[in-house]
Amino acid sequence: MTNRTNPPPQSPGFPINWEDEHQVTRRTFVTFLLLLSTTFVASTGLIGLLNWLRRRQASQLAPLRIAQLQEIPIGGVTLFHYPTASDPCLLIHPSAEIFLAYSQKCTHLSCPVLYQAAERQFYCPCHAGRFAVEDGRPLSGPPKRPLPRIEIKVTGDEIWAVGVQA
Amino acid sequence: MEFFVDPSRCIGCQACAQACAECDSHRGISMIHLDFVDRSSSPQTTPTVCMHCDDPTCARVCPADAIKQTAEGVVQSALKPRCVGCSNCVLACPFGVPRYIPALDQMMKCDMCYDRTSAGLKPMCATVCPSGALYYGSRETIVQMRREQPTNTFVFGRRVVTTKVSLMVSANTSALEVDIASFLPSPEDPSAGNNPQQVAA
Ligand code: SF4
Ligand code: SF4
Ligand code: FES
Repeated sequence: MTNRTNPPPQSPGFPINWEDEHQVTRRTFVTFLLLLSTTFVASTGLIGLLNWLRRRQASQLAPLRIAQLQEIPIGGVTLFHYPTASDPCLLIHPSAEIFLAYSQKCTHLSCPVLYQAAERQFYCPCHAGRFAVEDGRPLSGPPKRPLPRIEIKVTGDEIWAVGVQA
Repeated sequence: MEFFVDPSRCIGCQACAQACAECDSHRGISMIHLDFVDRSSSPQTTPTVCMHCDDPTCARVCPADAIKQTAEGVVQSALKPRCVGCSNCVLACPFGVPRYIPALDQMMKCDMCYDRTSAGLKPMCATVCPSGALYYGSRETIVQMRREQPTNTFVFGRRVVTTKVSLMVSANTSALEVDIASFLPSPEDPSAGNNPQQVAA
């Protein structure tokens, strides 16, 4: 009984001991990271795809009558829903001859924004996001993207929503 | 409490296999098997339970990480979701214990009735063996009762395997040397299959 060989060392990644199974190995951790980042990439791609589809649909929307010209005084605001009943939008009349419409959904986490005529801005009370009245661009706070603009058309003395600029 | 196997006492009644097959955790499939020692010349059978090696070869060779050993030294059967049915363990075990079950595409083997022994009960087979070939109890008792003495050291060529389960061998034997080559049939002696040599203490 000479020249006995010692058993090879156990791989720490694949312990034979039942208890050691509970230890998280580097391999498991890296696999987890990989799956997590794959999920992130895939879901970002999915969101992009949905946005692209929505934008394509937005070019073929049915027009909607919002209000009569004289219903909104200068500095006034009116709420409407466009393109669907679950998309709240604001029509504002900041100065003579100028009518503008934006989606009311904050581009941060979708809280409804409020029109502040004196400050010439939209204000989101959730996290103090602010948007410019002229073009909906974000001014301060967490939002990074502008408010989607609603294209409007004045026919006679009626204001119509005709499309969405994402 | 320890497990002792004395193959010389086995009378081939199959009571152990029947009792094992009744267990809920592997119903209908016995994890203990009886092997004929030399079927052409003798009706002698020997029961095969897992010896629960201190360094289990079966777990070492498993590519799917499916065989685990508990802190008590009990080597578990394959983890069902992991076993890929490759049969590496079946080929690697020095005692011929694991069996590949084709219908399940899984390996199954004796886990010393872990559900029972971890709760202080005897393994099923040891409770039914009428001849004491399978004995579960204290070392002192069996050493008093029998002429044979237990060993848990087995020598396979250059590898020494120590186990949790002990085998009853003749009184002056410390380790059982198994000369695998002598079990292989040769052209001169096709009936080769010598008895394992016993190493004097
Ligand atoms: S006797 Fe065979 S099945 Fe049991 S632990 Fe040892 S190598 Fe594994
Ligand atoms: S048959 Fe199953 S338990 Fe045995 S070595 Fe292959 S994967 Fe592992
Ligand atoms: S939801 Fe508008 S700022 Fe966060």
